[in-house]
Amino acid sequence: MSPLDRHPADHWDVAIIGGGNAGLCAAITAAEAGARVIVLETAPKPYRGGNSRHTRNFRCMHEGPLSVLVERYDEEEYLEDLLKVTGGRTDEGLARLAIRSSQACLPWMEAHGVRFQPSLSGTLSLARTNAFFMGGGKSLVNAYYRTAEGLGVEVCYEAGVTHLELEGGRITRVDVTQGGQSFSLTPRAVVVASGGFQADLDWLTRAWGPAAKNFLIRGTPYNRGVVLADLLAQGVESVGDPTQCHAVAIDGRAPKFDGGIVTRLDCVPFSIVVNRDAERFYDEGEDVWPKRYAIWGRLVAAQPDQVGHVIIDAKSLELFMPSVFPPIRGETLDELAGKMGLPADRLRATVAAFNAACGDTSAFHPTELDGVATTGIEPPKTNWARPIDTPPFYGYALRTGVTFTYLGLKVDARAQCCTASGPIENLWAAGETMAGSILGQGYLAGFGMTIGTVFGRIAGQEAAAHAR
Amino acid sequence: MHADLLQEARRQSEICNACRYCESYCAVFPAIHRERAFADADLTQLANLCHNCRNCYYACQYTAPHEFALNLPKILAELRQESWDDFAWPRGFARLFQRSGTAIALAAVVGLALMIWAARAIGPAGGEGFYAVLSHNAMVAIFAPAFLLPLASLGVSLRRYWRHVGGRPLTRADILAAFGSAARMRNLAGGHGDGCNFEDEDRFSQARRIAHQLVMYGFLLCFAATSVATVMHYAFAMPAPYPLLSLPKLFGITGGVMLAAGTGWMVALKLRADRALGDASAWGGEIGFVLLLGLVAVSGLALYALGQTAAMPGLLALHLGAVLAFFLLTPFTKMAHGFYRLAALLREAQSRR
Repeated sequence: MSPLDRHPADHWDVAIIGGGNAGLCAAITAAEAGARVIVLETAPKPYRGGNSRHTRNFRCMHEGPLSVLVERYDEEEYLEDLLKVTGGRTDEGLARLAIRSSQACLPWMEAHGVRFQPSLSGTLSLARTNAFFMGGGKSLVNAYYRTAEGLGVEVCYEAGVTHLELEGGRITRVDVTQGGQSFSLTPRAVVVASGGFQADLDWLTRAWGPAAKNFLIRGTPYNRGVVLADLLAQGVESVGDPTQCHAVAIDGRAPKFDGGIVTRLDCVPFSIVVNRDAERFYDEGEDVWPKRYAIWGRLVAAQPDQVGHVIIDAKSLELFMPSVFPPIRGETLDELAGKMGLPADRLRATVAAFNAACGDTSAFHPTELDGVATTGIEPPKTNWARPIDTPPFYGYALRTGVTFTYLGLKVDARAQCCTASGPIENLWAAGETMAGSILGQGYLAGFGMTIGTVFGRIAGQEAAAHAR
Repeated sequence: MHADLLQEARRQSEICNACRYCESYCAVFPAIHRERAFADADLTQLANLCHNCRNCYYACQYTAPHEFALNLPKILAELRQESWDDFAWPRGFARLFQRSGTAIALAAVVGLALMIWAARAIGPAGGEGFYAVLSHNAMVAIFAPAFLLPLASLGVSLRRYWRHVGGRPLTRADILAAFGSAARMRNLAGGHGDGCNFEDEDRFSQARRIAHQLVMYGFLLCFAATSVATVMHYAFAMPAPYPLLSLPKLFGITGGVMLAAGTGWMVALKLRADRALGDASAWGGEIGFVLLLGLVAVSGLALYALGQTAAMPGLLALHLGAVLAFFLLTPFTKMAHGFYRLAALLREAQSRR
């Protein structure tokens, strides 16, 4: 029997909407403060946890070695890293709050069941700044559900919140459907932690344009922005660019939803990338891949049919992390073009022109900007430019993979939501749904989990204090 | 022969290799991450390296209903089981006993019948104590081949395994690493030391690790008791029975209690664990084997407790019958896993260097 059936509408002190990292941090914190807490998770149990299922690390400030983190990563350096990716589109007060609080979060996470591991193979660049979850984000989610349930938090799966009634500056009612039944709850406080709207393709298409129909969604299909839309329609203040999403270039054969980490492709720097017409369109060697990962999502989105094709040769096959699907293989460029649905004559011409523009490749170095560049070709390739001439040839299709959307709920330093007439008395927000306050654009690895943990804990604390 | 299992294990390993979130749980993942492509022998080695702790399953974002439908513990268990069938000598026996608890039970009954027959046909030949039921020489005549033949069979199987996975001559470092890992059952510690996910979905516990070590060390103590007694008998002309404060008794009773407790606990855990995360076809054979080992322990302890009563001859036949079945089936039951696992740990130690 569902907890929704078992208890009267006013049974709960705090209702948490969304059972991902932020929601669970809020639930645990509120329950530890003595509140009666219910988590309304729209996904079925195997898919619980939202995009937190796909995460792998937590970016954490530390004055000295901390758990698996080495050396030191202080507030100023962390903030500088954030400003670099957001181009200054951040609320510095909230950003500093997230950064400063992250240090105390790590031991809190360990105390609540999360286990960390040293930086994974292939991610050495993050060993100082990011603590990796042993087993990844789903193991973190599992640990938090265990901890929350141990504290008496009730969890409802497949419980979709359809409406929050905003009346006189407070939320008076939460409407939920579960198993075809409708319920109305009247909790004393509400925490919204239900992510962005990227899985609602119609909304995404309205925001971005028709090209969005061809995007792949890297994470959960359950982040449809139902509660976000409902609150915005009632005049709750928003933050973040409503038209934008964070997108990267991923394997074009990835599933429409939930492909996660394994669909990433790291081979672009060693390749040429062509569009549907077998023409190059951007400098593939502009910078090391982690720094260019994100822009390729937009580049591919701007091409016809929103698709790109990576072409490499046998020389480069082992220079990058393996991905989930084996590459398409051809003994000749013609064979490869045939298998990839590209015009063979034009692909041959593009490769020939590129090869002719390559020069001395003796300085080639796969992990550094090596300056091995083309001359006299547009667009140029400014690093790692080696001719594509050693069969067999390999190809991957590239598509735009959406990670998250930027539009969200505006909050203050207490994670409280507001309307034009002031704070909403009993509504808090945490996680991806308010991350736009801090991440105005771009993304910093592991920072989503930092925002979720820090603001989840604040929201849980505030909601429990209000309910008492 | 089992191309579909290999292909499925390859598909799943390739996905794991692109994800790497489970890197710290056990030895399997670093071994996966060293490869780019997985030959059949690589997959056999991974299958025998996997201790079925299941941590990776519950942490996995790609388990069913996700379309990637990963279940690495299961596919590796199935492949491991197949590989034991392949490497067994003679071949058909493993297929019979690995998967059938009934066949193991029948073997135990046959062992018991054989002992009763031997006691009647051969008898004491002037012995005392247990040897009043069956003479020492008759016991040796039965148990020496019952011990040595399975060892020879295992030798052939391990040689096949070692060649298949491309093992090199062993060094001291390989041996220290592999035995060190087995001694602490490091691969059931979960990487963080919280244990594994076995009997209660994603909850970490040390239960299986401790139960396994009770069985393993209990068995080794019992084996040591018999070995010490053999030396005392032949080298020092000190035949059984031995007093309580003697090495055979101290080892035997301690080991017997550990073995009985460990096997009972292991069965309880197996009854609670999700069978869909292992090779479901081998479940009966595994339970049958654990129960047989438990019978060896319990009958041995009963023999100690009731050795002076009228129940002794019957208990002796039961104990010796169970021991006989256990020894003869060693290469063809779950008991073989310990030997393959050690081989896999040795090979892994070589690959790490």
